[in-house]
Formats: sequence, C-alpha cells, structure tokens
Amino acid sequence: MEFFHQPNYDWMGKAKYFVSLSLFLLLVGVAAGFWRHGLTYDVDFKGGTLVDVRFAQAPDIDVIRKDLQSQGLGRSEIVPIHDISHPNANEVEIDLPEQSQDEQTALDQGKTRIVTALQQSFGAGESNKQDFNAASAGDLTDYLVRRDPLSLGAAAGNRYTGIGTQLAAYRDKNRDGIVTNLDDLKNSGVPAQVVASLHDGFYTGSFAIRNVQIVGPKVGADLRRQAVFVTLYALAGMLVYIAIRFEWIYGAAAVIAVFHDVLITLGLFALLKFPISLTVIAALLTLVGYSMNDTIVIFDRVRENNRLMRREPFPAIVNRSINQTLSRTILTSGLTFLTVLVLFLMGGPALRSFSFALVIGIVVGTYSSFGIAAPMVVAWNHWRGTGNRVATRTGPQPVTKPGTAKRSPA
Amino acid sequence: MNPNIKWKALFILGVIVLCVYGLIGLPDFPTSISTIKQNFGQRIKLGLDLQGGTHLILQVQVNEAVRQETDQIADQLAKLLHDKNVPFTEVTRNADTQIKITGVASEQISTLRSIVSDSFGTWDLVPAPGEANGYLLNMRPTTIADVQERTMSQSEDTIRRRIDQLGLTEPLVAPYGRGENEIIVELPGEGDPVRAKSVIQAGGQLEIRLVQDQTPYPSEAAAMSAHNGVLPPNTEILPGSPNATPGAPSGQSYYVVDRVPIVTGRDLRSADATRDAQRPPYYRVSFNLSTDAGRRFGPFTEQNINRPMAIVLDHKVFSVATIQSRIDDSGEITGTFSSEEANDLALVLRAGALPASIHYLEENTVGPSLGADSIRHGVEASILSLIVVLIFMVVYYRQAGVNAVIALLLNLVILLAGLTYFGATLTLPGIAGVILTIGMGVDSNVLIFERIREELRAGKAAVTAVDLGFKRAFVTIIDTHVTTIVSAFFLFLFGTGPVKGFAVSLTIGLLANLFTSVYVSRVIFDWHLAKLPRQAEISI
Repeated sequence: MEFFHQPNYDWMGKAKYFVSLSLFLLLVGVAAGFWRHGLTYDVDFKGGTLVDVRFAQAPDIDVIRKDLQSQGLGRSEIVPIHDISHPNANEVEIDLPEQSQDEQTALDQGKTRIVTALQQSFGAGESNKQDFNAASAGDLTDYLVRRDPLSLGAAAGNRYTGIGTQLAAYRDKNRDGIVTNLDDLKNSGVPAQVVASLHDGFYTGSFAIRNVQIVGPKVGADLRRQAVFVTLYALAGMLVYIAIRFEWIYGAAAVIAVFHDVLITLGLFALLKFPISLTVIAALLTLVGYSMNDTIVIFDRVRENNRLMRREPFPAIVNRSINQTLSRTILTSGLTFLTVLVLFLMGGPALRSFSFALVIGIVVGTYSSFGIAAPMVVAWNHWRGTGNRVATRTGPQPVTKPGTAKRSPA
Repeated sequence: MNPNIKWKALFILGVIVLCVYGLIGLPDFPTSISTIKQNFGQRIKLGLDLQGGTHLILQVQVNEAVRQETDQIADQLAKLLHDKNVPFTEVTRNADTQIKITGVASEQISTLRSIVSDSFGTWDLVPAPGEANGYLLNMRPTTIADVQERTMSQSEDTIRRRIDQLGLTEPLVAPYGRGENEIIVELPGEGDPVRAKSVIQAGGQLEIRLVQDQTPYPSEAAAMSAHNGVLPPNTEILPGSPNATPGAPSGQSYYVVDRVPIVTGRDLRSADATRDAQRPPYYRVSFNLSTDAGRRFGPFTEQNINRPMAIVLDHKVFSVATIQSRIDDSGEITGTFSSEEANDLALVLRAGALPASIHYLEENTVGPSLGADSIRHGVEASILSLIVVLIFMVVYYRQAGVNAVIALLLNLVILLAGLTYFGATLTLPGIAGVILTIGMGVDSNVLIFERIREELRAGKAAVTAVDLGFKRAFVTIIDTHVTTIVSAFFLFLFGTGPVKGFAVSLTIGLLANLFTSVYVSRVIFDWHLAKLPRQAEISI
C-alpha cells in the first residue's frame, strides 16, 4: 500500500505563500492576544485557589454563584466540566483568583470559604452524621470498628480496614466519587449488615470535592519565569546540536521555525482562552521536539542529496528532499495527529489543554518544516550570493557506518 | 541459521525476560494471576495526580535561624567580656548577621580581638564607621550559608519525623526547587491535610524556666513597674496562657522568668499522652528527661524548693507549678487537652522543635476518584490510539508492519520496566510521555520502511535494500532522538514535579525506541531474509 508514488512538487517555488500564511497566523495570534488581554493562565501559574467539585445532580450554576457571593467570593469563576466522556456537567471548577493575603492569613482560606459557601445550598446534611462522600477509608474503618456491625468482637482483626477500603474504592472508582443512596453500596460486595449500619452514622452529601489546588503568589510568578527559561534553554541546546551536526544556518532556521510554531500555538490558546498550565508547558516542549524532529528529517535528506547531486541548484535539491520524505512525513504526522486527537477527545479534563497544544502543534510543526525552515536555508544561500551552488563547502560527511557520523569539517 | 543472528536473538530475549521480570516478578515470585496483578500494582508507582493525595510546598524562614544565631553570639560575647573584666556600654544585634559593640576603651581592644579570634573564629571584627570605641562583628558569608543549610536539613528532618508519626503510607518529605529554601511534603491518599498541616506547623519548642515572682501580672507594664522599670538581670517577660497558674484570676497574664532555660526540648527522652486522673475528661502529656538533663535538674529543683517553675512552650508560659520536692527525670504538662491534642503535642515534643518558622506556598489535593478517573481516561486513550496505529502499520506495510508492531509493543514493555527499575513515578504527564513515545516509535519505523521501499524502487535486491535502508535511516533517527533527548534533559534539569515525570518517561521511551526499532526490527528482518532464497522479494 502506498499513498504517494514519487511525488514531484515545487515546494520552494511556493515559499512566498507559506511565509504570507505564517505572517497571517502570527498576526491573528497577536490580535487575539490584544483582544483577550494576553494569555489565560491556570492556577499553577497565576496563583489562587482552584476547587473541583462533583455534584450528585447537574447543579444550578446561578445558585452556586449566589452562594459564593454571599461568602465574598464574587470574583470567582465557575466553569462546568464536560466533554465526550462526561456529557452531563455534574462537575464544576471554581476558580478563585488570588486574594490579597498577607503572610499571616492561611493559604487555604479560599478553599475553606468555598466549601462553606457550597454547604449553604448543597450541604443539607443530617446533624450528628458524617457525609459519606467526604469520608476517607480511614473514617469509614473507624466507624465500623466502633459499631462492629458483624459482631466480630476481638476476632475482627483487619476485617473492617478491608471493608472501609472497599467501600471507599467502590465510591471512588465505580461511582466517580459520589454515592447518592447508601443502599447502592450493596453492589460493592460488602456484607448487608455493614451497609445497614452505615445509615446510622452517615448521610450522602450532594457534592464531593475532587481536587483542590492552592498556589501562593510567589510560586506562580516563579513558575512562569522558570517555564520561559526552560523553553529557551531547550531551544539553545537543540540549536547547538544541529549547528554541530549540520551548519549553523540549519540550526538557526530550525529554531526559528520552532519558535514560530510555539507562537502560533500560544496565539490559539489566547484566542480560545485555553488556560496555560505546567502540563501545557510540557506539551509545548514536546511540540518543540516534534517539530524539530520533522525539520531534521528533511535537513538530513538535504545534507545527503547535496552530496549526491552536486550539479543541481540548491532549491531543487531541497524540493527533492521534501518530496522524498513526503510519504514519511504524512504517515508519521497523520498517526501522531490521530494519537493526540484521541487523547484530546477521550483524555478527560486533566489532559485537555495538554492534548490541544499537541493537536495544533503537530499540524503547525509539520507545516513549518517545509514552509519556514527549508525556505529560510534556501533564502540564506541565495543571499550569500553563492546563488544556486551552495553548501558543497559544508561537506556533509559520507554516511559510511551508522553511528560513526562525525562533526562535519566546516 | 546465522549464529550471529542467534546471539542477537538471545540478547533480545534476555532483555524481554528482564523487563517482564521487573514488571511482574518482584517482590514475590508470581505463582498465580493474582500475585502477578499485585506485583504489577506495586511495581508501577503512581504519582499523586493518579492515586490521589495531597502535596504541600512550604518555605523555611531560614533568616530567623540566622538571627537567632546572632542573638546567641551576642549573649555569649557579653558574658565573656564581663568575665574578662572588659568594660563596655552595650552588645546588641545590629542586623540579622551583625553585632554592635560600643564603649570599649581603646586599651582593651587587644583583649576584645583575642576574645573574638579565640571564641568566634567565623566572625569578622571591624571598627564601626564614624563611632569612637564602637565595633561591628560580622558573620562571614560562608557561616551564613552554613547556618541556612543546617536550618534546612534540620527542618526537613523534624518535619519528616513528625509526618512519619502520623502513620500515613509512604509519605515523602524532600527539598524542593533550587535554593529557595523550599520543602515538598507528599501525603499519598490523604484527602484533607488539616491534621498534617497543624502537626507540621506546631512549634514544639519546650523549655522549663524558673519564675521570678510568685504571682502573674495582668500586663507587661504592670510587670515592669513592679520592678521599678528595670528587670532583674537575665530575666524577661513572657505572656502566659489562660489558667497557667492554678487558682490565679483568668485572663491575660505575664510572667517574669529567667532568660536561660534549665531544660529544653532536646533534653527529653520521651513524651506521652495520658489520661489526666485528677481532671477526668482531659488528657495530659508526661515526659521523661535524659540522664544527663536529670543530673542537672535534680540539684536545681532541690535548691529551689518552694519557688515557682514554668513550662514554656513556644515562648509562652504554658503552666506554672511550685517545686515541692527534688525532681530527677520526669514532669508533665497539664491543660484542657483532648486525647488527640495531647497526642499531637506529645508527638511534636518527641520530634523536636523546628529551627525556624515556615510559610506555605502551595497546596494541592487530588481526590482518589479524580485520580482513578485520570488513569482510566489516560489508559483508555493510550490503548485505543495504540490499536489504531498497530492496525494501520500492518495494513500499510504488510509483513514488515508486523515488525513495527513487535517493536512498538516491546518499546512499551521496556518503558514501563524502565520506570520501575529507576523507581520513577508514573504521573499524568508521564502517561502523555508514553503516548509520545508511541509517536516517535512509529516515526522511526516509518523512516526505515520508507527508505527500504525507496532502495527497492531503485532496483536493489532485498538484502541490500534492507541493509541500506537501516543504515541511511539510522543517521536521521539518531539526530531526531538526540535532539528530543536534549530537550527532555533540560525539562528534567529545570522543570519541577509533573514536568520532570514527563521528561523521565520520554527519555526512557526514546532510548527503548532506539533499541527496538533499530536493533530488534533489524534482527527480525535479517532472520526473515536468511530463510528466503537470495532473489526473493520481501513484503513491505
């Protein structure tokens, strides 16, 4: 099976269209940046409190908002979480921006107040009973040991610890963390007497806290700075490696192309208001690596063809290299794109921004290899006046034995 | 068969056995499906984002410890000057790392210098600018760094001891970040860090000091005026907690106590919570002193019978009792403690005091249901995309596609085994790293196969085409892999937490990929070709 049989496109002849397209996309990104007042940051970068709450039924967002306002948390944002795998939004994220806090106020005061606010409308509990959905395996075990519903006495041993763990695991793994009726617990395989005794000490609260993230002001700013530096270091490292293996212009072109990819992806993040988090930084670095990978495959071929076809003009060599690797480019990009698309659609909320960055990054990264990096090397050689004949001076080493490739004698 | 291929095949088999053993063979040799499952669950360590739990990042205020050190040196210096009959006006802490000495007569300078060089060798004595008879004693930068480092490691130890006593499974206390005096505390499975935080935060600095006056004062001013505005030498005023003195009027109280404690937390041998027999619902904390401290405490109490003695906790007078008789090696702290409060206090006393206070910078709690959700989504997505990729490879490259399937699956096994052998934890971004490894693995296979097809199109025989295809594609594969490993290296070096996990799994995956898609796949090709007649075509 084969998709392309010996393609022969004039890529470099279309370079000006590619450059126009890139400039257009970059401008869109800049415009989006202005329109959206910069990038949206996730809690780990901007600081503040993020609480992820799952409700038994789809909650009324207005009620939540009113509850939060009554606690003086009017500035917080409420985002329902839903995707293909969670079509009904029983889950919301409450995002509370940094409170003006001094050293003395507790870091977690925002969280405490959010929980208090939610209890007003959703906390209808029974006095003297614990919320089953907020109880840990340890709480359940403690309760069971005290009650001893199986009348085991001293023979109980670790039996109740096992049952407590089993109950919590059933709630968390089979019921997504929230049980609406204690009798449902009979399906978890624990003895019926245990379930019966739970009724005396527990009620089923209508919400459960799934995730709390609290980041102090100093950390957020530090992380932002760090992320930028990590990216720059990684780029510099790659530039040096490519400069050693090829020629410095190849390194520069590859790095500029990758920079272009990151900027366009960030522009889309700004446009769609996707939040930038630590994991998104990991995704951006992956896209940097991926785009580099793609560029290097083409450059490698240019290096090889440059040696084989000494009479050909340089743009023709580049065209030919891109055409020769086209089949591979389409296959790899297509399959990788498919992989991250599955991740984007099915990966759940935690991986959403991450996989979005990669979905965009793979398309842009593949394009930039032939649309930006390659034309740049061609333009440089043209400008240097060497005209059509280039880079023989580069003298890429003949491929003799795999693994023994040495630095090209520059 | 070519003996060379046989050895290579054996080597590959060895790697596979080692990896599979690493994944399911430890710690108990598997004899049933359930032990295999159990072993696998134990070997793959999940990060907090996947298994649920809390992490806290806190910052140790190291400069407090530096300031304390300076205070102590100032006290010692004043004492030494006094002992050697060197008159001076004042010895005070001028800044965090600076002591100011005033009013030393010029003929006594050499004595001052020799005291400093004999006893405070890590300090520099310089004349105070613009002040006659004034001197400054500066802590050397290396000493400052030493004190800070010691404070960090002491804090880490103390926090670890305290957390360990909470009885959680596999908590982690470790330095965090670079040079910012930060410590990370990870509490797997802990959904609400309230208790852990209060235990970490508790001061726990215990001292027993002699009280100067029998009755407490209602305010600091009252205490001062009782002594005509000048406190007796080597004493200070400390606030008391309500009901510190039994029978005294409740409300604010202040005590004039000795500056130097007789016994400190370091002298404790043990501390335990027990039911308070005299006051039934409450608990008390009883403690035992080390033999050494007992030897000091016995004679001291004997000499001070009928005088009040205070138990001072974190610079607050906790309780005052009159010494009735000689006490050798035990004491107790009473109050309105519940059983848990008394237990936590005993725990804190046993673990010792923090050398400096701490601030929380970050707190992150992942509920167990969210962790389970993330695993399910991540694993489902990975398996689905893997299946799609594998089917595609077989359809597109036919028999050669089977090579790719074997290489990719083996890649995954090596990656997971690598994670267990390196003791790395699998985090959410780590799963993403695994998925990207699949992508790079596909790329390597595609590069090689396309190259072989090209050589075949150019009219080369199968054996030559395979040989050339691997050789030429190898150069490219090395370049792409090294570039990505370079960026993963920077991620690992400068990244934190989740990003690091991503870098680790990506690097292991890329190395495994070099092995599987280049070495293993080549051996399969060679083995296949060796069985075919010389001019046969291959299915690619």
